[in-house]
Amino acid sequence: MPLTVEMVSTTQKVWAGEASTVVLRTLDGEIGILPGHSPLLAILGDGPVLVRATDGSEVTARVNGGFVTVDSDNVIILGEEVTTSS
Amino acid sequence: MGAQLRVYRRRIRSVNATKKITRAMELIASSRIVKAQQQVAASQPYADALYRAVSLAASNARGDHPLLSKPERPKRAAVLVVTADRGLAGAYSANVLREAERLSELLVAEQGIEVSYYVVGRKGVGYFKFRGVDIAHSWTGFSDRPTYEDAKRVAETLLEAFLKPDSQGGVDEIQIVFTRFKNRVSQTPVVLRIVPLAIEEEVVAAGAPITTARPHRPVLPLYDFEPSADRVLDALLPRYIEYLVYSSLLSAAASEHAARQRAMKAATENAEELIRALTRQANQARQAEITQEISEIVGGADALVAVTQGS
Repeated sequence: MPLTVEMVSTTQKVWAGEASTVVLRTLDGEIGILPGHSPLLAILGDGPVLVRATDGSEVTARVNGGFVTVDSDNVIILGEEVTTSS
Repeated sequence: MGAQLRVYRRRIRSVNATKKITRAMELIASSRIVKAQQQVAASQPYADALYRAVSLAASNARGDHPLLSKPERPKRAAVLVVTADRGLAGAYSANVLREAERLSELLVAEQGIEVSYYVVGRKGVGYFKFRGVDIAHSWTGFSDRPTYEDAKRVAETLLEAFLKPDSQGGVDEIQIVFTRFKNRVSQTPVVLRIVPLAIEEEVVAAGAPITTARPHRPVLPLYDFEPSADRVLDALLPRYIEYLVYSSLLSAAASEHAARQRAMKAATENAEELIRALTRQANQARQAEITQEISEIVGGADALVAVTQGS
């Protein structure tokens, strides 16, 4: 079962979709999130967020002042500013 | 053309020009309401996710966070008053200011709390300056279309005041007075206390037996916090307060446009009424002129007839 990923900024929902992997950097270091990940609430550190969507495409996002929550394969990345490039 | 008629025509022209302006302002305001509403809707996903994260972290954090705990004896409160930069919006700013006065009266008289004012919008600044009331900080220029950056600036100043010790003018409470946009016809000034925050701890306590959980809501599992629940909460709460300020500014902006639209609609209608009355008066003046001209001609002809018959 894939991950359901949402990236939201203060002004809009930036990206939403299904993904197989999310790689991001928290304050403690880089982590990869796969389906079945244990529930997590973390502060994002400096560094891009990489989302590998199930359709094969990859989305890289820069998140400013962000957080990530993971809960039963729902990944929500929220930031003041989120800019994506695929 | 008679002098009287000319005066009426001139007034009709001038009222017509004013009507065009008020009509345009009405249309602009009405389109901006929609824009402000869309902005509110666009920030909703962020609000939901943020609120969830905050309540999660709050229920798992060990220490009592200063932004969440009520001080035993609050001494001073910051009151953020959100008014408009421009007038021509009916009683919009006046209503907010009246609510702010009511709140500060309540704080001062009943709880003995000093009030320091933080003001958004030129109308509010003018109001307090005229009455010689000190303003701790003011912001102008974005009341009709606030951005997140504006809200952030406001929130940062407020939080700074909160973190300062009492002796240096620090505050123990932060309240916002703004106009809540219910719909296009109804907006009411409201008071929102943002610090100390009231967060509903909706997460089931760790290790609670499953039977105590409400049946419709799945039991939330134990979360991992990185670096720790307290640190996450520390980082989340300022964001949440920024968001609260942002959403109040947006709601106030939508209300301002709605108030302006109504005021301008009334002005346009009044102009139409005035034009109708003036047109009638002008027609009357024109008729009177014609009648007079006819009677002059008839009088002249009569005199001629009398002269020729007499000779």
